[in-house]
Amino acid sequence: MKFEEPTSDNLFDRAMVIGKATPRIDGPLKVSGQAPYAYERHDVVEDQLVGYPLGATIGRGRITAMDTEAARNAPGVAAVVTTLDIDPLEISSFNNARLFGGNEVRHYHQAIAVVVAETLEQARHAAEMIDVTYEEEEGNFDLEKAWQNGLGTDEADAETGNVDEAFASAEVTLDETYRTPDQSHAMMEPHSSIADWSDGENMTVWTSSQMIAWARKSLAETFDIDEDRIRVESPFVGGGFGAKLFLRSDAVLAALGSRAAQRPVKLTLPRPFIFNNATHRSATIQRIRLAAGQDGRLTAIEHEAAAHEFEGGGNEENPTNLTKLFYAGANRRVKHHDVVLDLPESSSMRAPGEASGLMAFEIAMDEMAEKLGMDPVEFRILNDTQVDPMNPDVPFSDRNFVDCLKVGAERFGWSDRNRKPGDTRDGLWMVGHGMAGAYRGAPTLTSGARVRLERGHLTVETDMTDIGTGSYTILAQTGAEMLGLPLEQVTVKLGDSRFPASSGSGGQFGAASSTAGVYAACVALREEIARRLETDDVRFEDGNVIAGNKAIPLEEISADAEITAEDTMEFGDFQDDLEIGTFAAHFVEVGVHAATAEVRVRRMLAVCDAGRILNPVTARSQVIGGMTMALGAALSEQLAVDKPRGYFVNHDLAGYEVAVHADVPDQEVIFLDTLDPAISPLKAKGVGELGICGVAAAIANATYNATGIRVRDYPITLDKMLDRLPETF
Amino acid sequence: MRPFTYERALDPVSAAARAAEVPGARFIAGGTNLIDLMKLEIETPDHLIDVNGTGLDEITVTEDGGLRIGALVSNTDLADHDVVRRDYPVLTRALVAGASGQLRNKATTGGNLLQRTRCPYFYDTAQPCNKRAQGSGCAALSPGAHSRQLGIIGVSDACIAQHPSDMAVALRVLDAVVETMTPAGDIRLIPLKDFHCLPGSTPEKESVLMDGEIITAVYLPPPVGGKQAYHKVRDRASYAFALVSVALIRHPDGSGRVALGGVAPKPWAMDEADAELPNGAKAVMAKLLEGARPTEENAFKIRLAERTLAAMLAGE
Repeated sequence: MKFEEPTSDNLFDRAMVIGKATPRIDGPLKVSGQAPYAYERHDVVEDQLVGYPLGATIGRGRITAMDTEAARNAPGVAAVVTTLDIDPLEISSFNNARLFGGNEVRHYHQAIAVVVAETLEQARHAAEMIDVTYEEEEGNFDLEKAWQNGLGTDEADAETGNVDEAFASAEVTLDETYRTPDQSHAMMEPHSSIADWSDGENMTVWTSSQMIAWARKSLAETFDIDEDRIRVESPFVGGGFGAKLFLRSDAVLAALGSRAAQRPVKLTLPRPFIFNNATHRSATIQRIRLAAGQDGRLTAIEHEAAAHEFEGGGNEENPTNLTKLFYAGANRRVKHHDVVLDLPESSSMRAPGEASGLMAFEIAMDEMAEKLGMDPVEFRILNDTQVDPMNPDVPFSDRNFVDCLKVGAERFGWSDRNRKPGDTRDGLWMVGHGMAGAYRGAPTLTSGARVRLERGHLTVETDMTDIGTGSYTILAQTGAEMLGLPLEQVTVKLGDSRFPASSGSGGQFGAASSTAGVYAACVALREEIARRLETDDVRFEDGNVIAGNKAIPLEEISADAEITAEDTMEFGDFQDDLEIGTFAAHFVEVGVHAATAEVRVRRMLAVCDAGRILNPVTARSQVIGGMTMALGAALSEQLAVDKPRGYFVNHDLAGYEVAVHADVPDQEVIFLDTLDPAISPLKAKGVGELGICGVAAAIANATYNATGIRVRDYPITLDKMLDRLPETF
Repeated sequence: MRPFTYERALDPVSAAARAAEVPGARFIAGGTNLIDLMKLEIETPDHLIDVNGTGLDEITVTEDGGLRIGALVSNTDLADHDVVRRDYPVLTRALVAGASGQLRNKATTGGNLLQRTRCPYFYDTAQPCNKRAQGSGCAALSPGAHSRQLGIIGVSDACIAQHPSDMAVALRVLDAVVETMTPAGDIRLIPLKDFHCLPGSTPEKESVLMDGEIITAVYLPPPVGGKQAYHKVRDRASYAFALVSVALIRHPDGSGRVALGGVAPKPWAMDEADAELPNGAKAVMAKLLEGARPTEENAFKIRLAERTLAAMLAGE
């Protein structure tokens, strides 16, 4: 099925199941420990061995020798495969850093060996016995230096109007530079796989992946084998945030270990290994210039940024992307420098580009509002746009950003905020209020599904994944809505390469795309049922198919034999002529300790515009998760680069500080009652990445409001404010 | 983790004797630090002597009105003890500021004193670290290294690691005494202020304990009264080691005692600094942190310690 034009009213508008607050249908499995996560799938294949990785301990260079004798002779060891034992594996079209093979070391903790043994303890101990000799090479690990050299060079990526003239003649201007650090996904479940490639022919991988079809293709390319010989399963994923979009070394090492030991091998990346072995969000440096008239209307916007990437590319962290679209203004120039550094591979992390871009841009907007003497909410409302400002012929399909701002201001009590920076106290705490806007695109990807109706029970099969987002539940809701069934009569099976290929989970495209795929399959099933009833006028209600004045139970229709249907939703080119996006306004109250400058968030409010909310329970969970992640980004998360040695030093969860429960205050989420007919038949857009966008800047702005100290270098830690706090408190 | 042998000791005398007798032996109690370090092969004992059955898990009031805390008393039980809460509140506050509930349930009083630094270079066996591998160098001291969490005083050219304990900072301000048993069966009493060693050129030696010597208890002197407070400063609200922590006991006449955590290889306190308390936080820190040699990244700790104490003094 092809989605060729914006949808008209349809059965989702009656919303019997879709849109209702529904607890996760897989919740009982999860809380009772029965949801099968990759590393614990002891029942899928017998005789599993355990693999343990060894990582390189230099940032760049080559391996001249590896002594594995002691490891091979260690108790319980079944196989040792080193990077010198095999030719360099192909770099798949989804990867940039090579995952294994050859003597070249391109980043710290690059996998250089896997040890396979009967137990984890034996494998881990034997891995430590491998003696590696390196020839170290000088590497380039310094983004700051590259920024200084690159600033102002190269052509603009996009430009309209006359930016220089607009700045020269502007009444009010801003020119500031902002920095965001390298960040880690730090999802709860580490990268984990069980691989069975015992015969060196057919490969089955039980893994933790956001994208089944990509994982399979990547494995085929990496090992140069036919895709048909590979099966991938990933029914449950304990968090991904982009870390599990692409094939990682866990699956590769497990497969190599399995082929060598001729038995299935399970392997999980140890936590301290993940930060440098796998991917991260690149640091960014961003210069933002704004120009406006005294009336508050933006006349010019310039955004120049740099982020680092692995040689070969792959970094999606372009902070200037949404600067093209978010606010009005006739003159605009954006430019992004992708700087090649010898650090581990930068790759997608929740809202790549938008997250870091808005961390900077929404501080700049706050600073500009202050220069103009305007309420930052009013300033944003004034500069709203309903069309792409660089291509005014392209409208937003459905943009309700102004409503987000107005509803948020009202609900938060914005009019009662602290107005003068540093003016409100609660004991030793300086209290501040801040807000920010958020914008994240709403892409869609082709998505397929198969549905089976048997004795009135519907089974949905698709290789879609549930990475904690609630896919199981919203796909069950979609099927139930389409067939007029209660939710209990729908089973959803996900994450298996034997099922039709879906969008997968990422880029906040999963919910919109995969529900549309299930919709398409259900339409095909309804047509098949209609065909059998020899009519084309059918309705599905209360477990019945209604043809004319006759109601036939679905149980009866599918009593003798299962009725199946399969289809794929493709999204038409008309979407390219529209800007389809999601929007939010965030409001935050913080306390800053007057003596120590510790920042603690006191309350948070998000108002979101993302079309139909398929399930308010799981959507809220997505948004508060994003807000929490952004809280960490604002106040504590930073991968510290050791510049002489070229690696992320704080590579464990004690050193890389994500927000903990005690950091997270009251969080409120309001979803506007909006619908976007241009996105899909369900009129629903994703929220998973919208939730992280803009939040950190709202915290930064609130911190400024509390203290009068503007920090433009994330995370906003106390050492950056201490010297500028009042002497007495 | 290297293979190791294991035995259970039933009393401190035999535990100490066995520890002296078996090469490469270490005691294990809660294991909240040692086991993590063993997994990473930072600690590689050949033999573990489990002391959980030695009966050192009682808190008793001493004849002089002080408190004897058995070495195996868990951090949770110690923090929750009625007498501690009433008479030594700084200790309860320090304990509950540390780690997490689950860890405090397992962590013991003796083990807490012996926990090792959280320097990220100590934790990565691929990196030079004089504390972990004598003579290999100190990665944290090289230009461009990450040293924000590390020590600013009492450090040396060989090592700038900080001691991570909160409990020990409170014990220091309370003038606690560590009771040990030597392999010969002798009891030793070591004031906490003398218990930890500064790194000098031997950062691997962290306490004055001799081979095989076991901590059996910690003594608190009779209650000193005063207002007691513990302020731990960190980037996130919980489950993080201190950037700076301050333990304070203050009497109505303005006199009192101060100890700092997060700044040195041991809980940091000094009588001469305490004497400056009536003159305010700046005066105290001028003495206490005199001769500090921070890195560029952690120089803020001096100012932070000063302001934290000032807020505590103002908060009364």
